Amino acid sequence: MSDAMTDPLLAEIVGPTPGQMLRRRIFGHQGLLIGGTVVALLVLVAIFAPLLAPHDPYAQSLVARMKPPVFLGGTWEHPLGTDHLGRDYLSRLIYGARVSLLIGLVTAVISGLIGSVMGVCAGYFGGRVDAVVTFLINVRLAMPVVLVALAVVAILGGSLTVMISVLGLLLWDRFAVVLRASTRQVREREYVAAAQAIGASTPRILLAEIMPNIVNNLIVVVTLEMAHAILLEAALSFLGLGVQPPTPSWGLMVSEGKNMMLFEPWLVMIPGAVLFVLVLGINLMGDGLRDVAAPENRS
Amino acid sequence: MTAPVLELRNVVKTYSVKQGLMGRPKPLTAVKDVSLSLGRSEVLGLVGESGCGKSTLAKILLGLEAPTSGEVLVDGEALGAQDRLKLARRIQPIFQDPYSSLNPRKSIADIISLPLRVHGIGDAASQKQAVREILDVVGLPSRVMNTYPSQMSGGQRQRVAIARALIMKPEIVICDEPTSALDVSVQSQILNLLGELRREFGLTYLFISHNLAVVEHLATRVAVMYLGRIVEEAETGELFDNPRHPYSRALLKSVLTPEPGLGVPDTQLGMAYPNPINPPSGCAFHPRCPLATELCKTRAPRPVAQDGGLVECHLYDPETEMFEQA
Repeated sequence: MSDAMTDPLLAEIVGPTPGQMLRRRIFGHQGLLIGGTVVALLVLVAIFAPLLAPHDPYAQSLVARMKPPVFLGGTWEHPLGTDHLGRDYLSRLIYGARVSLLIGLVTAVISGLIGSVMGVCAGYFGGRVDAVVTFLINVRLAMPVVLVALAVVAILGGSLTVMISVLGLLLWDRFAVVLRASTRQVREREYVAAAQAIGASTPRILLAEIMPNIVNNLIVVVTLEMAHAILLEAALSFLGLGVQPPTPSWGLMVSEGKNMMLFEPWLVMIPGAVLFVLVLGINLMGDGLRDVAAPENRS
Repeated sequence: MTAPVLELRNVVKTYSVKQGLMGRPKPLTAVKDVSLSLGRSEVLGLVGESGCGKSTLAKILLGLEAPTSGEVLVDGEALGAQDRLKLARRIQPIFQDPYSSLNPRKSIADIISLPLRVHGIGDAASQKQAVREILDVVGLPSRVMNTYPSQMSGGQRQRVAIARALIMKPEIVICDEPTSALDVSVQSQILNLLGELRREFGLTYLFISHNLAVVEHLATRVAVMYLGRIVEEAETGELFDNPRHPYSRALLKSVLTPEPGLGVPDTQLGMAYPNPINPPSGCAFHPRCPLATELCKTRAPRPVAQDGGLVECHLYDPETEMFEQA
């Protein structure tokens, strides 16, 4: 077909490879870079906590209670001071990153799996499957997360495992709602019909044709729910029904510091600030990943 | 006509449509007792208004929807009995909208080689080679392999869709309005390409369109569809020169002319397309037909053979008294 080769419409389609374009988009996105750096740093801190922490986070010392941090006239022996039991605040903060990230990550994975399977199936198959999933979503939305979590923890006792299971089984609603809607939208596209006409199996269509087109929504929800779970853990620990002392959890640190808040405000402000930075970093990263991965940006 | 490669026998497709929150589902018959046959390397044009059941028919032929009753035969074998994959090798679609028919997250090479990968034909290297060859056939340079659909124009995308449909060398291609989403200048390129490919590979097309000029250009036979029924079927020249069914006449009259002063042609169809949930009694076309009589309101016409074609109208049925009046 010689005429097509000279077709002006086909003239020049040369451009960077997909990999190059992806790299260019990632490094051109400030929010993603900032958020990603914050999250990566905190993950590294959590992993290497035993190497980084200057003291044992559980070691109490009655003589070194409530030492102020360096910037408030303290010493470098305890850079962020000590709490009311004389435990090194920096070490507890470093170990606390493990608790927060673990809860955020595992909760997002559990609830993400539950919600994605439900949402994608409801959106793709429609009909009865959709009716059942919609009903389950409504049931779940009618339950207040904090109250249910409090009740379960009150019955089973608070521990990291209970915390993660409860939040994982409660936070799937947004995954299901968002993925159901986006799957419904994508399944009407003709490339799905084309794949069906080619003879592709349903799992293949779901994973290879539909998933890549909704994964950007999934990423955003994962980050939102991670941040949500971390904040819920902190809130429940603050209420005394989350992770139990002496585990170093940021929420627990705020809770333990609140009695001295008027005299030693840094006891509350330091873990609060770290929590804020982590959640902000996760949200920035999620927004950035969505922007970078969105198909409409692929041009 | 040689032995048909594709045959529809009394195919009916009924959907149930729910109206309102508490409404009981009502049946909507999208395809009513349709029989059609396609000979080898024939191009059957299927024309009709939006909502007349053309696309439903295409979905049934592709095996995407099961007919409520009746059967589809491919080379004399019933479609339901055939393996899903076996069917896919023989019948492939080209869809209307190339912006929706190509997965935006996949590279062109991935899109075109999907049939080969699903069917496990060849290894990665030979699949790549096959993609390169088929790109040449549809007139695209092989360097587009690593690009994404969003980097291409509508015409180029439709060429990619054609390449995907043809890579497994099917016998029958269902073209569901393949040019209606394209610019006029690109339309002709794609139509010429489809014509060349048919000659080169001996393809059989079912060409669904509401653009009569396109159908006249490409089809060897034309079937006119109205409200789920084939109301007239004839050779292309015969239908365009001498349309018999009043609906075919109205359709031909409705073609817009390039003359600016003439305005929109009067088809004398009067009212709008009827609601398919409550189809008119008797002949479904009677409320819009300029030649309708009392008989048309009560009795549905039957198909009557006319000069190698079929027409479904009381005007041409020798057993009704209208025949004499016509």
